[in-house]
Amino acid sequence: MSDPPKKTFVITRFDPDVDEVPKTQSYEIAVDPDWKVLDAVNYIKDEVDGTLSHRWSCRMAVCGSCGMMVNGEPRLTCKDSVSQYGDTVEITPLSNFPVIRDLVVEMDGFMDKFKKVKPWIIRAKELAAEDGPVRQSPEELEEFKQFSMCINCMLCYSACPVVSNEPEFLGPAAIALGHRYNVDSRDEGASERNAIFRGEGTVFSCSFANECSEVCPKNVDPAAAVNQAKFNAVIDWATGLVLPSGEKE
Amino acid sequence: MEIEVLRHDIVIVGGGGAGLRAAIAVAEADPSVSIGMVSKVYPMRSHTVSAEGGAAAVARDDDDFEMHGYDTVKGSDFLGDQDVIQYFVQEAPKELALLEHWGCPWSRNEDGTVATRAFGGMSTKRTWFATDKVGFHMLHALFQHSMRFDQIVRYDEQFVTKLLVDGNTIRGVAALDIREGVMRLVLGRAVVLATGGGGKAFPFTTNGNIKTGDGMALAYRAGVALKDMEFVQYHPTGLPGTGILITEAARGEGGYLRNADGERFLVERDYGVGTKAELGPRDMISRAIIQEIEAGRAVTQGDWGEHVYLDLTHLGEEKIQSRIPMVRELSKLYVGVDPVHDPIPIRPVVHYMMGGIDTDIEGGTSIDGLYAAGECASVSLNGANRLGSNSLTECLVFGARSGRKALEFARGASEGDESSLRSEGANEAGRVDALRAKTSGTEKISGLRRALNDTMESGCGVYREEVQIQASVDTVQEIKRRFEDVEIQDHSKVFNTELISVLELSNMIDISEALTSCAVVRKESRGAHTRRDFPNRDDQNFLHHSLCHFDSTGPKVSTKPVTLGKWEPEERKY
Ligand SMILES: Cc1cc2nc3c(=O)[nH]c(=O)nc-3n(C[C@H](O)[C@H](O)[C@H](O)COP(=O)(O)OP(=O)(O)OC[C@H]3O[C@@H](n4cnc5c(N)ncnc54)[C@H](O)[C@@H]3O)c2cc1C
Ligand code: FES
Repeated sequence: MSDPPKKTFVITRFDPDVDEVPKTQSYEIAVDPDWKVLDAVNYIKDEVDGTLSHRWSCRMAVCGSCGMMVNGEPRLTCKDSVSQYGDTVEITPLSNFPVIRDLVVEMDGFMDKFKKVKPWIIRAKELAAEDGPVRQSPEELEEFKQFSMCINCMLCYSACPVVSNEPEFLGPAAIALGHRYNVDSRDEGASERNAIFRGEGTVFSCSFANECSEVCPKNVDPAAAVNQAKFNAVIDWATGLVLPSGEKE
Repeated sequence: MEIEVLRHDIVIVGGGGAGLRAAIAVAEADPSVSIGMVSKVYPMRSHTVSAEGGAAAVARDDDDFEMHGYDTVKGSDFLGDQDVIQYFVQEAPKELALLEHWGCPWSRNEDGTVATRAFGGMSTKRTWFATDKVGFHMLHALFQHSMRFDQIVRYDEQFVTKLLVDGNTIRGVAALDIREGVMRLVLGRAVVLATGGGGKAFPFTTNGNIKTGDGMALAYRAGVALKDMEFVQYHPTGLPGTGILITEAARGEGGYLRNADGERFLVERDYGVGTKAELGPRDMISRAIIQEIEAGRAVTQGDWGEHVYLDLTHLGEEKIQSRIPMVRELSKLYVGVDPVHDPIPIRPVVHYMMGGIDTDIEGGTSIDGLYAAGECASVSLNGANRLGSNSLTECLVFGARSGRKALEFARGASEGDESSLRSEGANEAGRVDALRAKTSGTEKISGLRRALNDTMESGCGVYREEVQIQASVDTVQEIKRRFEDVEIQDHSKVFNTELISVLELSNMIDISEALTSCAVVRKESRGAHTRRDFPNRDDQNFLHHSLCHFDSTGPKVSTKPVTLGKWEPEERKY
């Protein structure tokens, strides 16, 4: 058997206690062609340099922890095959987020944006356990299903040109999440969320670059959600003008 | 140095299915109560996210509590506590309905009712599902619902290193803020542990990196017994190489297991699963696969080692895509096989710990005010073998119950003496700081982890035998000694993941100590604990739970009676 191929991983390093600015460090290692990029980073961490910090857990593309920039593109590294890259692979922290350390980015702002869209079922009358499940047809489920698939990996925020200029922009994942509830047949909170969407830095800030949908590892298509949310927010506003306030169609 | 102290009425450790459910239960019961939820990862990263197949609860007219109860008791090989099981089956449908109200996108029948699927060891279709991403949807629904409660204060990416116990009463926890590298005390009048399982003690597992048995080890070191630790569930269908799970739902939807000759061995040979065939319980099917491998009817392929096949090709693309899309996604991504066209290579893989922190039916432990729920707990729902899809529901049923019970306890409890807690906290901070600053070690973390993994696999595999288990008992002790000399390369404060790995490794060593110690003394075969040297179940001598207490001189194993009831132990045949 021939020797396993070697690759050089050029990784951004930053420890705020000692570094003024980020630097890079190169690691040349033998890679198993079956590896994902995350396996290579884990190998470096375990066997070469214990001081490297990154996040990961499920290694099955569902927990959303392991997003990084690989050769300049936001990637979910446990899903991203190492063999598709050449001899040198550059790994940097996700763009458009402040860096805490090495490949670990700060996500408090991202989490706050989620809460802003009230990502929970809003009903005029709360149900009790004894009421049993509400009926929802397969077609009604289809309306929001795709938008409920977001794993919060934040890749779309790294790709979004608006987020990069306007950090306060609610952003693709949060808007898609709000929209997901708006189009869920069990929810009655659309007017509240539409009012939020009509505010500053939300759906109308989107420039429709579609980058978010292109990088999404789960095919959520946040760009479509933003588009629909924008439309609904306008319709909702227009209906509000003709109907007396509080009345729902 | 003064240690920072934070106070809440109730502290919940863990933001997975069980921890979030506990927090919501408290928040809904009393809006004036403040809840501190400490989690080493952001809640939506918790490993509940990876659960695929479904959550069990009676839903159909052809089903009832009696049947769900009996299936669970039989699945547990009569080691489940029957009072716990009865409570569980009654609460299950209510909990899943609540989850529905909170937005979980359950898959539906044409008439809009919730769809259910078949699962191993369940006598009818009672597993609710949201395609095959059930844990993901449950976790996100719970987490998003929890955001509406401002009284749930989250401490994300904070790692609990110690329980603060005063006399026999819990006072809170000491936690390392991973981002800042500082220790804090989070005090409360009751604490709920919901820290999940510890599959990472084994080399080949469906568990994610964070499943290191932390809460079990915290409780164990604080004097609470770990119960039934010898019962480790091997799931029959893990992908070779990574151990990533292919859900039992694949068989629930009609998939077959085949050996190298293409034979459906569960049908052609007698493995005790009868007409259930592929839908037999996990312990039996994993044993059958190992026997097929030993009989030379497996496939050997490069790094993947020996495996058999899960064949879904007869289901057709439409069914696979609509019912189990993640199976297809994972299989393509991690073994390069499209199950629409080719069978998926699989082998048994460490999946779930039936054992855990010994609790009563309310989640209470032997320390006043300390509760546990979810996979870290052993409330004795699962006994010697868990039925697939019972544990997501378990997280909800017992997460909620322990939360409510913790609230009741907290109302009558006093606060601890802060000055003594501060000094205890300062000691703990000193310990963690010293570990981080340590420059003398020579034992690599990855080397110790590998040694632990190897010995757990060789001693506590699907089939076990005295000599190997005893070797594991001894090796775990040796690793414990070697751990004293662990090497730390990273001495920095901010987001020091190496320090976290060291703390996790120490937790895995502790739970492995309990696990091997219990395994060696259970000289019978029951559920997932299968001894070649004692192939039969022995109700005369072993119809009891195992308890393992921490002791500085070495683990102390004892027993605890099983709560029987309606169902007398009988031969477990399907
Ligand atoms: C791949 C896979 C598929 C599965 N599929 C199914 C299924 O289909 N049906 C089913 O019923 N069951 C299934 N299970 C089992 C089930 O998912 C788990 O038992 C259950 O989700 C455990 O939930 P939990 O809340 O107890 O723990 P987890 O979800 O693991 O959460 C643990 C929490 O504790 C926190 N924590 C841990 N240690 C510390 C510490 N030291 N300090 C602070 N916080 C800490 C973590 O941050 C996390 O938030 C599956 C399991 C796996 C691995
Ligand atoms: S490690 Fe969970 S998504 Fe990659």
